[in-house]
Amino acid sequence: MSISYYPGCTLKTKAKNLELSALAAMAELGIEVEELPRWNCCGAVYSLADDDLIHIIAPVRDLIRVRERGHDTVITLCSMCYNTLARANNLMKNDEEKRYTINMFMDEEPDYAGELRVVHLLDYLRDDYGWDKLKEKIKVPLNGLTVGPYYGCTLLRPKEVALDRPDNPTVFGEFMTALGAKVVDFPMATECCGSYQVLGNPDAALKVSYDILTDAGKHDIEALALTCPLCDYNLGRRQNLMRDKFEGAPEIPVYYFTQLLAIALGLSPEVCHFELNRENALGLLKSKNFIQEVVA
Amino acid sequence: MSTTTEGTSAVQAKVEAKLIPIYIMGKRYEVPESLTIMKAMEYAGYKYIRGCGCRGGVCGACSTVYRKPGDYKIYTGLACQTVVEPEMYLTQLPFYPALRNTYEFSELEGKPEEVFELYPELFRCVACNACTKVCPMDVEVLDYISALKRGDIKAAAEISFDCIQCGLCASRCFAEMPQYHIGQLARRLNGAYLTPRAEHLKTMVANIEAGRFAEGLDELKAMDTDTLKKTYQERELEPATAGDDWTPKESGYL
Amino acid sequence: MPQKITSKSIDDNLKRRAREISGQIAQQCFQCGTCTGSCPMIEHMNVTPRGLMALLQWGQADKVSQANTPWICASCHVCQVRCPRGVELPKVMEALRQLKLRDNVNQIEPSNLQPEEIVDLPQIAMVSGFRKMTS
Repeated sequence: MSISYYPGCTLKTKAKNLELSALAAMAELGIEVEELPRWNCCGAVYSLADDDLIHIIAPVRDLIRVRERGHDTVITLCSMCYNTLARANNLMKNDEEKRYTINMFMDEEPDYAGELRVVHLLDYLRDDYGWDKLKEKIKVPLNGLTVGPYYGCTLLRPKEVALDRPDNPTVFGEFMTALGAKVVDFPMATECCGSYQVLGNPDAALKVSYDILTDAGKHDIEALALTCPLCDYNLGRRQNLMRDKFEGAPEIPVYYFTQLLAIALGLSPEVCHFELNRENALGLLKSKNFIQEVVA
Repeated sequence: MSTTTEGTSAVQAKVEAKLIPIYIMGKRYEVPESLTIMKAMEYAGYKYIRGCGCRGGVCGACSTVYRKPGDYKIYTGLACQTVVEPEMYLTQLPFYPALRNTYEFSELEGKPEEVFELYPELFRCVACNACTKVCPMDVEVLDYISALKRGDIKAAAEISFDCIQCGLCASRCFAEMPQYHIGQLARRLNGAYLTPRAEHLKTMVANIEAGRFAEGLDELKAMDTDTLKKTYQERELEPATAGDDWTPKESGYL
Repeated sequence: MPQKITSKSIDDNLKRRAREISGQIAQQCFQCGTCTGSCPMIEHMNVTPRGLMALLQWGQADKVSQANTPWICASCHVCQVRCPRGVELPKVMEALRQLKLRDNVNQIEPSNLQPEEIVDLPQIAMVSGFRKMTS
């Protein structure tokens, strides 16, 4: 039974490494997904103003597209998209008045009432696929890799869409354990990386990201795993800037959770597109002998 | 001098067109029902110096917005193509300000970031779909803007193909972007940098410039008119039923 | 620090508008300060989240308007999951942002973004940044 896959804008360009590693991994796991043939940007953040409905239109339109394909579940890889789609879905399910207004406004689309299920790959693996089944498929266990799973905000907050309890989540750690890695849950794993403030107050965002990275470094984490392209930008791409501005910023390779999944499943590093990660990303995995060099 | 009113045997075919009321910029006129909006406005006495172009549905000058009684919706159409309806309540929108950013096209490469840089307001799109609803050419504007947000210039170029730059989308845009300028940039980038080049054409042009056909052309140029005509009439033609293996007798220029 | 409040300085309009847009009753906040203790962006704010709620409860429009709190807020929602009264602070922050933005005033200007920034940033940064900080 195939489910709809909603990529989100960034996954086709800057976060190709998240998408392509995920699609390869899902194919290997036997998870059938169909990318929505027609979709629009979901908006990345959920509108928090009570009287604002125009910003809810974008994610609802995508949910209608999913239903048009005859699917009842939509899976996302980007946690910001997950959060936005899931919250919009809940609104359409629970708020009768707003549902009516939104359906009336979108007079060129069929009505929608929140019938679908929105999942992120992490909770799909936990609830639908199962860690045991995942463990059986692992060909290259990531033994000896100390990973700090970084949750960020959007997978855990607010409670209505949380994959796990926000104060002491375990889902990402369980995932990494299933891949064979050593998991270190560090205190700032659920702290916000600064998110869109990289645009409004870049120095503030840099500082909070630096604090998170320093905390990870203090716990001897070799690799940070995450699920969101904006977190990847703040915590990964901006590491050089952190070193320029702050004392003792650690150098920690940052991976998308699906890249580590793909390697653990024994897939070729090409599907992971490590060239979009920081320079040391591929090197670390090679040094741990997770990457089989193909002899031509 | 007496004039007779007799002899009106001349048959004058009188075409009685049914007149219907329409409202042009709020003022009521009665116009023949079979006219287009453009003809109806001229019938009503308006003289076009703007808002009229090709009169053939492709230039985008005559975009018109109208409403119908008892209906909240906004309708649009090209004045030169849309036939009037009774009680139509219309105005033209010959121009809507939408700035086009200047760029040195030869310095671009067809990368999505170039579009983002020139039109950062692209990211303000909220997918309200007002643009698609208002387009008189049925272009799926939301879809091509979405494609551009995710970096797919080729898809945006294909989806926006029918755009005639009338400006109605920009007039309705919640995010205040100039969709049609962005679409045009996408089409230009796609055509110039992303569409595969015809390699065999390149080869042929190189051959021509290298003088491969110079001798033959000189020969033809040196002929007098009669010889030229005769040579033309006696030229070898590829038979209609020729297969892929057919070759001409004169194979020197292949 | 103590602020002097007179009946004249209480702006009921601010309280009403903030409540309409956020759907939150500011009076429910009992000033425990958990939000401030949890907020990751606290060191960059000139008024803490708790302080802002206090100002809002008392309708101190000028001081609320001078607080940079809603513009530093990253909508991370930690305050929301920890508030013992169930006050949804991110919604209050959004309401305060909207009160300024709906006057057609942008907090960040898309046209003023540096080309190097635009080329480097992931699209979601710009989409979310513009949604929160432009009108």
